[in-house]
Amino acid sequence: MNYWPLLGIAVVVVGFALRLNPVLVVVSAGIVSAMAAGMSLPDLLALLGESFVSNRALLLFCFTLPTIGLLERAGLREHALAWIARLRGVTMVRLLIIYLAVRQGLSMVGLIDIAGHAQTVRPLLAPMAESAAEKTHGELDRAQTQRVHALAAATDNVGRFFGEDVFIAFGAVLLIQGFFAQHGISLTPIQIALWAAPTALAAFVIHAVRIAVFQRRLPRNVQEAPHAAD
Amino acid sequence: MLRIEHFYVLLAVFLAYTSWHNLRAKRYAHAGFWGLVALLFATGEFVLTASKAGDKLPAQMAGIAVIAMAVLATRMRREHIAEAPEEQRRASAQRLGHRLFGPALVIPLATVLIVLLGAKLRIGNVALFAEGNIALPALAVASILAAFAALAITRTRPLQAPIEGSRLLETIGWAALLPLVLATLGGVFAASGVGEAVSSLVTAVIPADNRIACLLAFGLGMVLFTIIMGNAFAAFPVMMAGIGLPLLIQRHGADPAALGALGMLTGYCGTLMTPMAANFNLVPAALLELDDPNAVIRAQLPTAIVLMLTNLMLMYWLVFR
Repeated sequence: MNYWPLLGIAVVVVGFALRLNPVLVVVSAGIVSAMAAGMSLPDLLALLGESFVSNRALLLFCFTLPTIGLLERAGLREHALAWIARLRGVTMVRLLIIYLAVRQGLSMVGLIDIAGHAQTVRPLLAPMAESAAEKTHGELDRAQTQRVHALAAATDNVGRFFGEDVFIAFGAVLLIQGFFAQHGISLTPIQIALWAAPTALAAFVIHAVRIAVFQRRLPRNVQEAPHAAD
Repeated sequence: MLRIEHFYVLLAVFLAYTSWHNLRAKRYAHAGFWGLVALLFATGEFVLTASKAGDKLPAQMAGIAVIAMAVLATRMRREHIAEAPEEQRRASAQRLGHRLFGPALVIPLATVLIVLLGAKLRIGNVALFAEGNIALPALAVASILAAFAALAITRTRPLQAPIEGSRLLETIGWAALLPLVLATLGGVFAASGVGEAVSSLVTAVIPADNRIACLLAFGLGMVLFTIIMGNAFAAFPVMMAGIGLPLLIQRHGADPAALGALGMLTGYCGTLMTPMAANFNLVPAALLELDDPNAVIRAQLPTAIVLMLTNLMLMYWLVFR
C-alpha cells in the first residue's frame, strides 16, 4: 500500500496553520497527493480540470445572489430588524432560539446567504442579544458581553449547518449524490435530504437547551444593576 | 429542453460580468479570477465530453486554469463595495414591509414545485426539462423567477439585478469557490488513493467484521478529518471511499442515502470544533472583535460534542434498518 498520497493532508494542515490562502492550499494539496501517487503531470492536470468542472453544481447558489442583493438594497435586513424589535417579551434566550429556528428554516429552504456573520450577526444579532441579556440581568461586564457575542455567532453556525442539508439542491446533498453516482449507486437528492431531518431537529433541541442554560448561569456573575431592580 | 448545462452557461455570463466590472475598476487579479471561473463554467461540458472521448487536452487546459485561479486568489483583497444608503433602505423597508419576504420565499417554493411537477411541464410536444436530475435546473429557474419577483416588488430597473448579485459575489470573494475547490480536492484524493491508504490504516486497527466498530471508525473519522481539513466536503469522499463504501455499505449492508446524509452531518460537528474552518469560526471572532480568537469554537463545543454523539446513535439506528 502506497501511503505517500497522505502527504496531501499534511499540506492542508501546514497551509492552514501558516494562514495561506485556502484556495491555494487546497489546490496544492491535490497536486502533492497526485504526484505522491505517481501520477504524471499531464494526467494530474487533466484530473484537476475534470474534477473541477464536474463539481460545477456547487456554485449554483450564485443564481440566488441577484434576488438577495435586490432585497437587501430594498431594506430586507432593516425590515427584519424592525419586525423582531416590535415583538414583545424578547429575552436573550427567546431571541437566540427564534433566530436559530429562522436561520435553520431559511437554510433548509436554500437561503443560506441571506444571513451570516457579516450580514446579520455583527450588525444585528450580537448587539440585540447583548441588550436583551442586559434587560434581564443588568449590565454585563466585558468578558460576559464577549461570551454573549460568541454565543450569537455560534447560534448562526449551528442554524446554518444543520438546516442546509435538508434542502434538496444544495452543496452537501449534491456532493453525496455525486459520490454515489460515481460508484454506481444512483440516488435522488430527496432520498438523501430526508435523512438530514432527524439531525436538524436534534441540533435545534440541543443548541436551544444550551442557550437556556447559558442564560441561567449568567446572573450568578452579574451584579444587579440599579435600574434592573424595579 | 432545458438542461443544467444551459444554466452553467448563464452562470458563466454572470461571472464574466463580474470579471468585466472588476476590469473597469482596474482590479486585475479579481478580474482574472472571475474571468477564469467564467471560462471554466462556459467550457465545462465541452471539457467533459472531450475527456470522455479520449481527448485529454481540454481537461489539461482546465487544470492549468484551476492552478492559475488558485494563484490569483492569493492576490484578491476584500474591499467595501458601496451599498444603498441606510436612510433609503429604511424608507423602503417601511414602505414594502412583509412583501420583502415574498421573492425570497419564491426560491424554495418554486424549486420544490418544479421538482414535483417538472416532468409534466411541456410546451406543445416538447418536455420543458430534460430527463434526469431536475433539482438543479429547478433551483436555477426558481432563482430567476425570484429575481423577476424582486424587480417587480421593488420597482428597480432590471440591470440592477446582476449589479447587486455581483456586489454580493464580490463580498464573498474567493471563499465562494471554496466548496467547489474542496470537492475537487476530494476527487483528486480519491484518484490518488488517499481513501485506500486511510482505509488500510483503519482496517489494520479495527475489527472489520464488527459493524459497530466500522460505524464508529467512519463517524469519528469524518469528525477528525473535518477538523484537520476544516471542511466536511473534503473529508466525505475520503472516509466514504475508505470505510463507508467498502465496509459499511458493501460488507454490512448499510443504507447509502442515510449513511451519506448522517455521515456528512457528523462531519459538520467537526466543523464547529476547528480553527481550520476559518470562515465560520475565526472570521466571526474577528468581526465581533473578541479577545479570544477561539471564543466562537468554545461557545460551540458542547453543542458539537452532544450532537456528534446523537448522530452516531442515529446512524446506528437508521443505516442498518
